[in-house]
Amino acid sequence: MAGNAWRSTVSRIMGAVKSQTQPRTFSRGMQTVTIIPGDGIGPEISTSVIKIFEAAKVPIQWEERNVTAIKGPGGKWMIPPEAKESMDKSKIGLKGPLKTPIAAGHPSMNLLLRKTFDLYANVRPCVSIEGYKTPYTDVDLVTIRENTEGEYSGIEHVIVDGVVQSIKLITEEASRRIAEYAFEYARNNQRNSVTAVHKANIMRMSDGLFLRKCREVAENFKDVKFTEMYLDTVCLNMVQDPTQFDVLVMPNLYGDILSDLCAGLIGGLGVTPSGNIGANGVAIFESVHGTAPDIAGMDLANPTALLLSAVMMLRHMGLHGHAKKIETACFDTIRDKKVLTKDLGGNSKCSEFTAEICRRVQDLD
Amino acid sequence: MRTLIKGYGIRFDIMVFGKAGKFHVVPTLLNIGAGLGLMGLGLSGVRLQPLCVRSLSLTASQNATLESPPARADSTFKVTMVPGDGVGPELMTAVKEVFKSGDVPVEFEEFHLSEVQNMASEEKLNEVLTSMKNNRVAIKGKIHTPMEYKGELASYEMRLRRKLDLFANVVHVNSLPGYSTRHNNLDLVIIREQTEGEYSSLEHESVSGVVECLKIITREKSRRIAKFAFDYATKKGRSKVTAVHKANIMKLGDGLFLQSCAEVAELYPKIKYENIIIDNCCMQLVQNPYQFDVLVMPNLYGNIIDNLAAGLVGGAGVVPGESYSAEYAVFETGARHPFAQAVGRNIANPTAMLLSAANMLRHLNLEYHSNMVSEAVKRVIKQGKVRTRDLGGYSTTGDFVRAVVANLRHRPLH
Repeated sequence: MAGNAWRSTVSRIMGAVKSQTQPRTFSRGMQTVTIIPGDGIGPEISTSVIKIFEAAKVPIQWEERNVTAIKGPGGKWMIPPEAKESMDKSKIGLKGPLKTPIAAGHPSMNLLLRKTFDLYANVRPCVSIEGYKTPYTDVDLVTIRENTEGEYSGIEHVIVDGVVQSIKLITEEASRRIAEYAFEYARNNQRNSVTAVHKANIMRMSDGLFLRKCREVAENFKDVKFTEMYLDTVCLNMVQDPTQFDVLVMPNLYGDILSDLCAGLIGGLGVTPSGNIGANGVAIFESVHGTAPDIAGMDLANPTALLLSAVMMLRHMGLHGHAKKIETACFDTIRDKKVLTKDLGGNSKCSEFTAEICRRVQDLD
Repeated sequence: MRTLIKGYGIRFDIMVFGKAGKFHVVPTLLNIGAGLGLMGLGLSGVRLQPLCVRSLSLTASQNATLESPPARADSTFKVTMVPGDGVGPELMTAVKEVFKSGDVPVEFEEFHLSEVQNMASEEKLNEVLTSMKNNRVAIKGKIHTPMEYKGELASYEMRLRRKLDLFANVVHVNSLPGYSTRHNNLDLVIIREQTEGEYSSLEHESVSGVVECLKIITREKSRRIAKFAFDYATKKGRSKVTAVHKANIMKLGDGLFLQSCAEVAELYPKIKYENIIIDNCCMQLVQNPYQFDVLVMPNLYGNIIDNLAAGLVGGAGVVPGESYSAEYAVFETGARHPFAQAVGRNIANPTAMLLSAANMLRHLNLEYHSNMVSEAVKRVIKQGKVRTRDLGGYSTTGDFVRAVVANLRHRPLH
């Protein structure tokens, strides 16, 4: 049936994020995963995900941690040592939305996490969800964004009053690393082509370096087609015909913009999964929407984004069977349109939505 | 006769020879004899050209007084034309054909400036600038920037922009009646700061393998573009201006831009002011573009949003745009791509360039002709019989231009 073919396509794409380190050997027992509920609606949706995983009998043991920044010895801000040691042990994390307080003095938590675990690649697969209609159908692409440098290096100076200079940093090492990750991902997930997105006609040295590294890495991966495209051409074509894109790799700023653009094509941040890959085999999967403080605690949140990220995580860990089950249950629920949360167009509560998915998961057993 | 001479700066030559106030043919011929043959040629050419021609001679720059154009009884306007690369020349031909058929009183001065075709040099650039300074209005295609650079990091297009100080780029994103896309009835204006920001061309390799690129934001330019945006909104009767930025990450740079916009917004209480972060803006544009009216932003985000919005209404072939400085106006397409794959194949869509040319005519106060051209184009698109490939049809550029020309004649000529 078309539904099955489509679903298998989706499962193929939806976050089989395999790392290039040695294959994971899971003991017969439970695998520990650090879960960071976050703020706002974070705790509600984390509870939903845990409940659904229980219903699906996934062999995962959750370790809940808080990552509010604390000042370590020496005055530097860092995440609490319990959180760090839990992540180092389990290597896999699932994170809810984190609030960035404006005048708290410490940098954003996301930035801290990124620096602590050297999360260099942000992977966002964007696949159209059947049952949640947008003007764009058949979207099926993955954006891979370099997450450590580029325009977001945070190096800014006031030269004279009224003139500000921001520095965009591009290094050979980081460009090579992200290009290699993109090609590995394409190979492991049976994707056909990788497209490098850049603006080397304007920023000739910096994006030129990024592009050169991508070309060099492409030489080693002859089975994956490599193309390059200007950022403005990509934007122009993306809104006219998103089906022509497959895997996109790009530096930080363009990645930020394009990944949000693609999320908009499939329905917004409430249904988009995301994964961050770090050095040393660490991977943190997260939901990218905000904390939604206006609906926090009212049981109105939509757990889909966190759930799909968790499914991405299961695939990364190799638990494909469970991943498929949960994902199928989720998509069937959305397609049936009977029990939907408010942002998807229905008027059910979060707990009802969760219960419905749990029921379907158990039925699928 | 006197006026003509003045117009060509020959007057002070005559003064030099001590014949101030008098003119007869003989001294002029003496001038020619003295090695100013160029002047003589200019003189013979003078009689054949209409009266409103402004001085173009080499000596005019020494004269240093640019005269204002005389009364425009049946005068033509001179406009600088730079066809550029890719399909630029084809689009310019389309414009010229339509103008000729419509009897539009505009004369083009062409310059072929191109980096990729090795037709670029400092002298050429200076020629274009001189011509611009005289005519003040130009129509141009995209001068392609190759990725390899020889010596200078700034491309010719950037340098032209900086020398003329074309700080504001305005792109009109309007849905075309008769051509439906996923979002219909769009009407946005995108205003982009064009001279600073990420396109500063200041890059260096401090350590081998590490490249730094500087993004410069200044308060003066941010204020200028914000004021331009609000003035534009007031003049065109728009209700809301939205500033697009990434100040949560680039706190000092985009923070300065945002602050300048907020300061200027206070001077325009009738116009609503909002701001939005660039990634959220992109997402909203594909989900609900109707919430935006006028958007103002720095350079790189402008590039992205221009192209995104062009894609929403039908692509780079249908969106006109223009660049303004305090003294000059340059008309071009909204989404600037050379479109090299289409060169010679006669498939480019001239709609954007024709609509931009119509805007140029309105800028020159030729309202009648402007409406004639733009309505002809819109009529052809609405009828839907002749459509170029990017809009889903099979017609060639030539077919489209002929259809526009045919529709021009429908207007009663007086």
